[in-house]
Amino acid sequence: MLELERINTFYGRAHILHDLSLSVSDGEVVALLGRNGAGKSTTLKSIMRLVGAQSGRITYGGQDITALPAHRIAKLGMGYVPEERRIFTDLTILENLEVGRQPPRQGAPDWTPEKLFELFPNLEERRNNLGGAMSGGEQQMLTIARTLMGNPKFLLLDEPSEGLAPVIVEQVAFTIRELKKLGLTILLSEQNLHFAKLVADRAYIIERGAVQYDGTIEELERDEAVRNAYLSV
Amino acid sequence: MDFFIVQILTGLSNAAALFLVASGLSIIFGVTRVVNFSHGSFYMLGAFIAYSLMTVLPGFIGFWASILLAGVAVGVIGLIVELGVLRPIYKSPELFQLVATFGVILVIQDLALLIWGPDDLIGQRAPGFEGVVKIGDQLLPSYDLVLIFLSFLVLGGLWFLFNKTRVGILVRAATQDREMVGALGVNQSWLFSGVFFLGSALAGIGGAAQLPKGGADLLMDFNILAPVFVVVVIGGMGSIPGAFVAALLISELNVFGVQFLPQSTLVLMFVVMAVVLIFRPWGLFGRPEIVGSHGSQGPPEAPLRAFSGRLWLALAAAVIALTAVPFFGGTFLQVLLADVIIACLFATSLHFILGLGGLVSFGHAATFGGGAYAAALLVQFSGASMELAMLFAPFAAGLLALVIGWFCVRLSGVYFAMLTLAFAQVVWSVAFQWGEVTGGDDGILGIWPSAWASGTTAYYYLVLTVGLSGIATLLFMAYTPFGYALRGGRDSALRSEAIGINVRLVQWSAFIFAGFMSGLAGALFVFAKGSIFPTELEIARSFDALIIVFLGGVQSLFGPLAGGVVFTLLQDWLSRFEYWRLFLGLMIIGIVILLPNGLVGVGQWLRGRFGGPSNKLEEAQEEAG
Repeated sequence: MLELERINTFYGRAHILHDLSLSVSDGEVVALLGRNGAGKSTTLKSIMRLVGAQSGRITYGGQDITALPAHRIAKLGMGYVPEERRIFTDLTILENLEVGRQPPRQGAPDWTPEKLFELFPNLEERRNNLGGAMSGGEQQMLTIARTLMGNPKFLLLDEPSEGLAPVIVEQVAFTIRELKKLGLTILLSEQNLHFAKLVADRAYIIERGAVQYDGTIEELERDEAVRNAYLSV
Repeated sequence: MDFFIVQILTGLSNAAALFLVASGLSIIFGVTRVVNFSHGSFYMLGAFIAYSLMTVLPGFIGFWASILLAGVAVGVIGLIVELGVLRPIYKSPELFQLVATFGVILVIQDLALLIWGPDDLIGQRAPGFEGVVKIGDQLLPSYDLVLIFLSFLVLGGLWFLFNKTRVGILVRAATQDREMVGALGVNQSWLFSGVFFLGSALAGIGGAAQLPKGGADLLMDFNILAPVFVVVVIGGMGSIPGAFVAALLISELNVFGVQFLPQSTLVLMFVVMAVVLIFRPWGLFGRPEIVGSHGSQGPPEAPLRAFSGRLWLALAAAVIALTAVPFFGGTFLQVLLADVIIACLFATSLHFILGLGGLVSFGHAATFGGGAYAAALLVQFSGASMELAMLFAPFAAGLLALVIGWFCVRLSGVYFAMLTLAFAQVVWSVAFQWGEVTGGDDGILGIWPSAWASGTTAYYYLVLTVGLSGIATLLFMAYTPFGYALRGGRDSALRSEAIGINVRLVQWSAFIFAGFMSGLAGALFVFAKGSIFPTELEIARSFDALIIVFLGGVQSLFGPLAGGVVFTLLQDWLSRFEYWRLFLGLMIIGIVILLPNGLVGVGQWLRGRFGGPSNKLEEAQEEAG
């Protein structure tokens, strides 16, 4: 469903992604694992063209999206949940959801604020509170909910468990599994192998902007050498 | 009591135009991060267009329809400016956008002159509201009530738009994080165009609605600019309620100021602004700008290079050539070259804070004209000699910069630009209004050099010596530890603070030093011309320096010199045409869009094209390696 072929991305003169290739099939949950600064977030941002890849090709559902602007990619059913959450702090929760709203999409769940409040009960009672007045966990829920309002078929989740209390992390993992059941395809970046094991079918390990390992989550679990080489701190 | 009520209502009605223009400016800035300096021109166009429409559309319906249609027409003009001028440069540094909108001001000025002629137009009275209403024993024009109603209507309408409609919510979201809004599937181009239309239309309606009160004239654009900047600075950029409250505050102050302290009206406005800024640097309803959150800064600047042997040779050759000019060049050439040198000194002093310090001043004329006036006043009132006056002028200008800078360096980016412009307008209004001392509009005449310097050639050598020394000092300062600290503060204020540099103090000192040198240029100017008028303090003069710096290339130390030569010669040539502003404006817009690195950039591009290193970064790397 999503293919990255030998993409190279730069920040100014700094070369971040080196000939990075990966693919995600329909209905899969795939984790990008790696240490801080390995290039995980940049990979997701390159897909969304928040940073442009300077060479290589990105196709989504058979369509070349390498050079499309972010809003066109979102319109194709790609939802992006940023690491920094980027809640609109001056807007209420309902208004934040409104910004994400897009028309219903064939082959994707059709979200409304009410349905999202079932998935994220904490948000409901605070629907008219400002986004800036929420805790980190609530903001993480809201940023996922806001992206879901676009009725995506494919979700890019950038470090969804980062900086959250263990009980909230469990809740996020539950949410991701629910979304998988609803048929969404998900690519997430993660530093925490434990979290990845809870949700992902497959994993890529990224180091210095290139894929170093590619396998199912079970294979990775068994391969202690790889884990020690790339994931231990 | 009735008197106070009427005064308050008058203030409210005066606030209408100010609020409409300021809120439009705020809305555009919020989403696009562009301070549209041509917003005053949109206001002026609204008045002119409504005037023409009212002559065609008759009667009661015609009057109100004209105001509305003028708003729509100006909205469309704003849209054209957005699409044609700003869209190509949204990713450029702020300065480029500001300069481009200044180009738009020039174009609109001449187009308005072309279409409506130079005479002030008197607005038609509003049908049904020609009379006055009696409040107790006081009279109030009934149209004032209409204007009050209009501003509340617009305030309510904007509140509804921004809180109850999807478009409004998207605009508010984009004001905070437009990239995220794009990632959620919203096409930002539409939002940008939309807010430009809306903001421009508001300015147009503002201009059209005040037609029965103030008429239409060609000075409306600059006249509204300073109060509007004061309003958005007091209210907080991007805040509609802030714009409303501040417009009200300023207008009421003006109305009561006229009653009790007639001489102080212009100054009062700025006193209030100063007080607000001391306590709330981001305005009453504003919030601090998060540094670097909008990513419009462009790539980091390359370090300055050490002077090469070839450069020293070229400079020496230039100085020798300039010294030799009187031996072969006539009077005309010497006078022209003196103008060029003065312009270069003026622009180099601006470049010192702008290029090296990253402080985009839009009020550099304050110190230029300030220095010129200081010299002229000293001669006028104490009969001082030219030598003494020339020594005194830079210190007076430096003192002025000390005061202005104290307020301004607390802010950065566009806030700094607006504040410097507003302060320059204070200095201008003092020179303009304080007729007993400054001669007002008539200026000060008969300020001539001492006998030994009164010949064209003698004065040329004086300008050459003093001017080049000033320029050399400014260039030299770039390579001193002070210059390093200034550049450090420009590139990263946080990191500079972390290594123990007091960034604000460094910037303030630089501002004072630049003011000192700009004042010196002013002193050279006043004795070259023999007179001084408030025009030397005008916004247009500040923009001259900006355009020179911009023409030459902001990132180049020698940019202001190249720009100064080209600009002065160009102006000398263009000003022979009646509509020279139109050409200059179009040229500025063209340069901003096509030659973002200025003339020096073109030179580098040519060198890159025909052998040799192609850009400054590569050159710097070569130097370092």
